[in-house]
Amino acid sequence: MTEAQAHHLDEVEVTPWREYFSFSTDHKVIGIQYLVTSFVFYLIGGLLAELVRTELATPASDFVSRETYNELFTMHATIMIFLWIIPTLTGGFGNFLVPLMIGARDMAFPKLNAIAFWIIPPTSILLLLSFFVGPASAGWTSYPPLSLMTNKAGEAIWILGVILLGTSSIMAGLNFLVTILKMRIPSMTLNDMPLFCWAMLATSALQLIATPVLSGAMVLLGFDLLVGTNFFNPAGGGDPIVYQHMFWFYSHPAVYIMILPAFGLISEILPVHARKPIFGYQAIAYSSIAISFLGLIVWAHHMFTSGTPDWLRMFFMIATMVIAVPTGIKVFSWVATVWGGKLHLCSAMLFGMAFVSMFVVGGLSGVMVASVPFDIHVHDTYFVVAHLHYVLFGGSVFGIYAGLYQWFPKMTGRMLNEFWGKVHFAMTFVGFNICFLPMHVLGLQGMNRRIAEYDPKFAALNVVCTIGSYLLAVSTVPFMVNAVWSWIAGPKANSNPWKGLTLEWTVPSPPPVENFEEDPVLVIGPYDYGTPKALDVVAATLAPPPPALVGEGSE
Amino acid sequence: MQGSTADQNQADITYAATIETSEHHSEHPDLRLFGFIVFLVSESMLFLGLFVAYFAFRVVTPDWPPEGTDELELLLPGINTIILISSSFVIHRADTAIKKSGDVKAARLWFVITIAMGATFLAGQLYEYNHLGFGLTTNLFASTFYLLTGFHGLHVFVGLLLMSAVLWRSRVPGHYSETNHFGIEATEVYWHFVDVIWIILFLILYIL
Ligand code: HEM
Ligand SMILES: [Cu+2]
Repeated sequence: MTEAQAHHLDEVEVTPWREYFSFSTDHKVIGIQYLVTSFVFYLIGGLLAELVRTELATPASDFVSRETYNELFTMHATIMIFLWIIPTLTGGFGNFLVPLMIGARDMAFPKLNAIAFWIIPPTSILLLLSFFVGPASAGWTSYPPLSLMTNKAGEAIWILGVILLGTSSIMAGLNFLVTILKMRIPSMTLNDMPLFCWAMLATSALQLIATPVLSGAMVLLGFDLLVGTNFFNPAGGGDPIVYQHMFWFYSHPAVYIMILPAFGLISEILPVHARKPIFGYQAIAYSSIAISFLGLIVWAHHMFTSGTPDWLRMFFMIATMVIAVPTGIKVFSWVATVWGGKLHLCSAMLFGMAFVSMFVVGGLSGVMVASVPFDIHVHDTYFVVAHLHYVLFGGSVFGIYAGLYQWFPKMTGRMLNEFWGKVHFAMTFVGFNICFLPMHVLGLQGMNRRIAEYDPKFAALNVVCTIGSYLLAVSTVPFMVNAVWSWIAGPKANSNPWKGLTLEWTVPSPPPVENFEEDPVLVIGPYDYGTPKALDVVAATLAPPPPALVGEGSE
Repeated sequence: MQGSTADQNQADITYAATIETSEHHSEHPDLRLFGFIVFLVSESMLFLGLFVAYFAFRVVTPDWPPEGTDELELLLPGINTIILISSSFVIHRADTAIKKSGDVKAARLWFVITIAMGATFLAGQLYEYNHLGFGLTTNLFASTFYLLTGFHGLHVFVGLLLMSAVLWRSRVPGHYSETNHFGIEATEVYWHFVDVIWIILFLILYIL
């Protein structure tokens, strides 16, 4: 047998640390590369956010100048979206989990996978370097003509960065789509797939269909900026609204790229820790696909105040509200999954349940802003900021944390400390709500977003928000200490610490190179908890290998 | 395969309960062509976005083309269109040659002809650029024209590079055969794609 195979039969082999700094084509290494890299950017983006909040602690712009403030929030959002949430959820969890969950040895195109990852570090460094020339400062939406009038060099770098990161995202999406459709073990039909794979299927379709349109918009914007064409510049006969349509044609689906994988993670985590079958497997699976289709036809709800004609606003208002239906189906299914279960309230489950509750708040404020008459009042106020942070932080980031607690043992072979996990959870949950809940009120009272100064009557609540944001900053400390300490010296994890039924729990922690010695054959559905068979299967994943197999193939 | 870190105190149910081992694991399947086609679907969204933007710009501009800007000539682009469409049939012969009989020599010949036709197309386009009365930044009409045709021209150019790469690789005997011809097939699919994009472009820029 090959050398690699002989390895598996010894101690669980550890991927040498150098591998993580190399052009590795192993999907697990790439997944961890994504996770660690983007976590660094989470910290950088978080630092920018704290600077923004510190400025907003007082009504005057006394901490940083107005121009700097614009640069800070622009780069904050850019980094959080393009360098933290999207790469973590798709590149990080997608890479690590999808091949394991479908019984494959790797992704369909391992080299493309590595290239997609390695586009990110140089691009992100380039983006950071733009701080030396004055970074983009027209918001992450980069609307012309504003974006054509400020910090030209920084804006050019921003455009290039978005094109490159978009390309990386397209490559990743291509890989996931082909992997999920073509690399499943023969005994796994689409309807036997873990729900995370369904979510990734829906996500990858969006990456493939929506991202190129963003690239197109960026090319046109780049020409306007650097060559002097006037596609989007009204002064030269162009039309900035076309930019908005192209941008949101990508960026609304992008919010689903940022949430669908988290939906998938939660669908894995809740049943394991509730010890109950998932409620409505097909409903959750197909609603992901429905969301991905509908997500492509609602973009102009970001443009209700951009002179969009009434009949069009009506269409987009209704379409947007319709999207709440498949989203609601998922929420009801998760609640029903947890309902009456014997809950195992570990850190992963706590974050998972917090995800559902916080996401519901963000979903409800979403339906509110989807209605045109309401949105005309709150557009570009802190109400929208509250909405997007409830879905992106309370949703995506809580989902990421839940996933990290759930699969850390599988990724590293070590258990995280539960006590510090709960401390981390409590601080994050409380800090998050102190920071973002008051923003609903601020928005309704008319406080505008993206402006360094505000009316002194908003001062009290802004102090509350800022305090909450500091608590959030501190909350990452227990997590990081826990993660680093556990990775080095935590108790060893067995192959199935949560007694899960999906395939990644049948291989050792961390899984060996190429994952599976033989193609696995499914003997049980992914969520058949509470059946006698489930007990047997879980026990088998924890049993030592039979001696006959150990002998064979070793040197 | 189970590792030795597994919790030893669990019931000793046999390992095979979870993973009833099948005979062998499958070879990594060749998914390159499928993947490439998915990529082209994505690529076509880029063009679709630009086409829709083109129509949007056209709708908001009162005169299209604006007064003082020449109408586009039809003769040269018409000839170019015929050349490009014909080249799709030519490249298809290469594909047939390799698939039916593994005839690398014939495939190479058809590729050379396709390259020549593609290069003629590009030369024709450059000639047209040089004789137009407007430049890239003259007005919105001119900008969209140059951007769309230029973007397509870039794709034609990439196609020429792909074909040259295939030619270069095919000098090694046995690199391409009846059963192993991904490079040839993918290049052909790409070329048809570029061709279809051109037909749409020609219709919306010159005819409509
Ligand atoms: C029930 C589902 C949802 C509905 C109905 C909805 C609706 C809306 C609407 C109408 C706006 C525009 C508000 C305005 O600018 O005036 C908006 C903004 C936004 N939404 Fe949602 N949304 C939903 C879910 C989500 C999810 C899941 C995410 C991300 C994970 C998300 C992220 C955002 C972001 C980032 C913005 C602000 C964009 C910006 O202007 O910077 N939304 N949403
Ligand atoms: Cu949206």
